[in-house]
Amino acid sequence: MWHWIQRFSSPKHFYTMSVPLIKWFTVGALLIGLYGLYLGLFVAPTDYQQGESYRIIFIHVPAAWMSLFVYMVMAASAGIGIIWQIRLADMVAAASAPIGASFAFLALVTGSLWGKPMWGAYWVWDARLTSELILLFLYLGYMALQSAIEDQRSADKASGLLAIVGVVNIPIIHYSVEWWNTLHQGATVTKFDKPSIHVDMLIPLLLMAVAFKLFYAAIVLIRARNEALYRDRNRRWVRELIEQL
Amino acid sequence: MLKAYYYLLFRDLRLALRNRHELANPLIFFVLVVTLFPLAVTPTPETLQTMAPGVIWVSALLAVLLSLDRLFKQDYEDGSLDQLMLSPNPLVILVLAKVTAHWLLTGLPLVIIAPLLGLFMSLPMEAVIVLIYSLLLGTPVLSLIGAIGVSLTVAVNRGGVLLSLIILPLYIPILIFGANAVDVAMAGLPVSGQLLFLGAVLALSVSLAPLATSVALRITASR
Repeated sequence: MWHWIQRFSSPKHFYTMSVPLIKWFTVGALLIGLYGLYLGLFVAPTDYQQGESYRIIFIHVPAAWMSLFVYMVMAASAGIGIIWQIRLADMVAAASAPIGASFAFLALVTGSLWGKPMWGAYWVWDARLTSELILLFLYLGYMALQSAIEDQRSADKASGLLAIVGVVNIPIIHYSVEWWNTLHQGATVTKFDKPSIHVDMLIPLLLMAVAFKLFYAAIVLIRARNEALYRDRNRRWVRELIEQL
Repeated sequence: MLKAYYYLLFRDLRLALRNRHELANPLIFFVLVVTLFPLAVTPTPETLQTMAPGVIWVSALLAVLLSLDRLFKQDYEDGSLDQLMLSPNPLVILVLAKVTAHWLLTGLPLVIIAPLLGLFMSLPMEAVIVLIYSLLLGTPVLSLIGAIGVSLTVAVNRGGVLLSLIILPLYIPILIFGANAVDVAMAGLPVSGQLLFLGAVLALSVSLAPLATSVALRITASR
């Protein structure tokens, strides 16, 4: 078993094995994403309170979910890299960070676009917005540390440890920000009575969430492949690959 | 084990006391930053009072952040950090000793000078008392979490900005509850919730942060 993991997780093996995976993930993300968007933008009923502008949730909510999910993946694979010294796990962690940061950024931008017609302002110091912003900062800190350390292996370990510390902190930050907001000002704009979501809205939302996950899987594999090529640029298997071109 | 703890603690204290002018720097910085706010915003007591908890807490946070360098930098440069890691004593205990020394040298002075700043910002007496309590519970956490960041960046050239980038997001809960406790105290409401939360975070970070710091130090040393 252990031997098998070692062999499978070698960058060379990964480089060839990931090709069909990327293909299928991309096709899946495209098909499910297009169908989800069609259902969300054309089929789902108009919201009786928010009108048409609620439809941004089909991008906004999956992006916000993904920003947290990618952080968990990043920290978990960084932990695997630190504990079992599997280089592929380090590559996946390093490849995930910019994607997760982009998801967090996308969630913030779509949220503020939605906030303008709904709340009358692009930015409100709402608990969820604030913790999403802090999550973005955590990603940026991880990336800064990763690029500041010259030696690749210790850069991976150091930023991986930071990601794990971040995971311990995320729930604390989340709940303290939530409490901060409710203590400061009673929730007035942000907490209108939300009807439980209609099933015609829920299905496209879930489809989009699946599409975003597949999209992330495809992108992280592509980025990890590049990472593998770059890090092993002086090894034989990469040299042989280049000679074949 | 306990002997090693006390030995390292007193060594760090003695080293710092022989370098007294450096010791006062974070304290002067703390007072100076707080002084900037009445000048920049407005000196009217009512406005000062409303910003006081936040201003004092942010300044304390920055003062601790700037002093974190002292925690491992010198030991890293002269090689004694490597010797500490080679010693048979558990690194967690040694880290805890160094963090304790750091807090006694920077956090505690901030707590002691805080009443003066409360006076500057025309805080009422009961708020000043809560400010002292909140700083007393909060500043050790700042040192403990900061130790993780310093041990990761100590070998990086010009790691100062990087350190604040990775550490400040982790400081946010402390800032929220510390400043909020003082805020609530000014309104005459009970503050035990906020102080208990700070205590809980302190207990959590005393038990976990030295572990993370010692792993980080080994990563830094293996370079």
